[in-house]
Amino acid sequence: MTPIQYIRCFKGIFQREMLRFLQQQGRFFAALVRPLVWLFIFAAGFRSVLGVSIIPPYQTYIVYEVYITPGLLGMILLFNGMQTSLSMVYDREMGSMKTLLVSPFPRWFLLTSKLCAGASIAILQAYVYLLIAWFWEIETTILGYVALLPALLLSGLMLSALGLFISSMIRQLENFAGVMNFVIFPMFFASSALYPLWRLNESSTLLHDIAAYNPFTHAVELIRFALYGLVNQHSLFFVSMYGLLFLLIAVWGYNPARGILAKRK
Amino acid sequence: MVDRSSIALVVGGVSYSYAQRKALNKVSFSIESGQFTVLLGQNGAGKTTLYSLITGLYNAHAGTIRIFDHDVRNSSSEALKRLGVVFQQRTLDLDLSVRQNLHYFMALHGIKHHWAEERLKHELARMDLYEHTKERVRRLSGGQVRRVEIARALLHRPELMILDEPTVGLDIPSRQDILAHVRGLCREEGLAVLWATHLIDEVNLSDRVVILHKGRVVANGGVEEVLSETGTENIREAFGRLTGISHQEDL
Repeated sequence: MTPIQYIRCFKGIFQREMLRFLQQQGRFFAALVRPLVWLFIFAAGFRSVLGVSIIPPYQTYIVYEVYITPGLLGMILLFNGMQTSLSMVYDREMGSMKTLLVSPFPRWFLLTSKLCAGASIAILQAYVYLLIAWFWEIETTILGYVALLPALLLSGLMLSALGLFISSMIRQLENFAGVMNFVIFPMFFASSALYPLWRLNESSTLLHDIAAYNPFTHAVELIRFALYGLVNQHSLFFVSMYGLLFLLIAVWGYNPARGILAKRK
Repeated sequence: MVDRSSIALVVGGVSYSYAQRKALNKVSFSIESGQFTVLLGQNGAGKTTLYSLITGLYNAHAGTIRIFDHDVRNSSSEALKRLGVVFQQRTLDLDLSVRQNLHYFMALHGIKHHWAEERLKHELARMDLYEHTKERVRRLSGGQVRRVEIARALLHRPELMILDEPTVGLDIPSRQDILAHVRGLCREEGLAVLWATHLIDEVNLSDRVVILHKGRVVANGGVEEVLSETGTENIREAFGRLTGISHQEDL
């Protein structure tokens, strides 16, 4: 297979995901409504309850809506990553996964292409969310919007890779509800999305430690700093490492030697 | 002596188990270019498992599978390039059009867009499906979906095509059309075909047959050869004698 054929294959997978996405416009709006409800209702309600001190990257006092915006961008990526997982399980049950897996391209390449396509959709949603938030006076600089792109891409890939790994573990579509309870909610709440880590530390050291190693915390912090044109190197390291780890175990999960597909029998 | 390059598929001593249950037990046979080989067996005989091994979806626990001398496990890219597959389960995306599905498949084989459009026209026209190019797959009949899947499996010009129960659920005219088309591909284009079925009336006297029973090959050869070895007059009787199963219309 030549490099140009790899590009054609990537393009084909990307286009298919876009076509499916365009046919499910309800999914696009549903994904936007969720963080907007949090922003307009939850954040407005908790504005006076939760005070946020001046911590990097902030140089002054900020309103709570500004604080949770990176967390809500992360939420878009997290739900999209799980959507990737859901669509993988659906594809497997419907049989279309086989079309992908009998392609002569390496399996890691096929799965990574699918992840990139999924993450791109999430990035689009994230920017539309920021556009709406801009009317709510939650804004950053042009540099911030530009610097955000690689942070969203990296975090989106990491969370999609996690979704892919989960899809290799789920036996049936019905089991997906469990993912909501055991993956999405704990990851979201035990992170710095809604409150800074030092606040968690005041309540429970254990919870603070869990949140400090939660991949979602690092995705949120990477996004938070990127919105100000800064790089949080600590989070960049963790997001990259977690992303690579999740991708490796996801490819392993779809490895015929391990027979994850065979296990469905 | 057969030219080595004309051996399309070699299955050598292949075994596979699901937990304690042995699905395939030392299965061996080969197929040459231009041959139409029927893999005949009851439901649960191991046909679909064998197809999953040939396509690399699972790895065999023992034995080797080679497609035009390329090992499916160690040289999967070269092997899969030469292989066209029609799975038992429908694998088209129902919400996409026929064209979108076929272009997606060709992208998965790295085929250039311009050539892909030509191949798409050619294969759909051969199947009398060209007027359905823009239709969503969901709106096609069961027979049309099957024909699109066969057209799709041929887009990258494979030299070996394997079909797993491709006519199940279709009416008799659709079954006969599909069978005649695939047999024609063997005759005219030298395509090697492995056709898995439990429908005994799909076997012709001129075919080769591999009878799979409880994960073992109990007969392998030309139909006439199998009849003479078993001392029977038709493949239904031969199947009954080899497997101890007496049966009616289907296996």
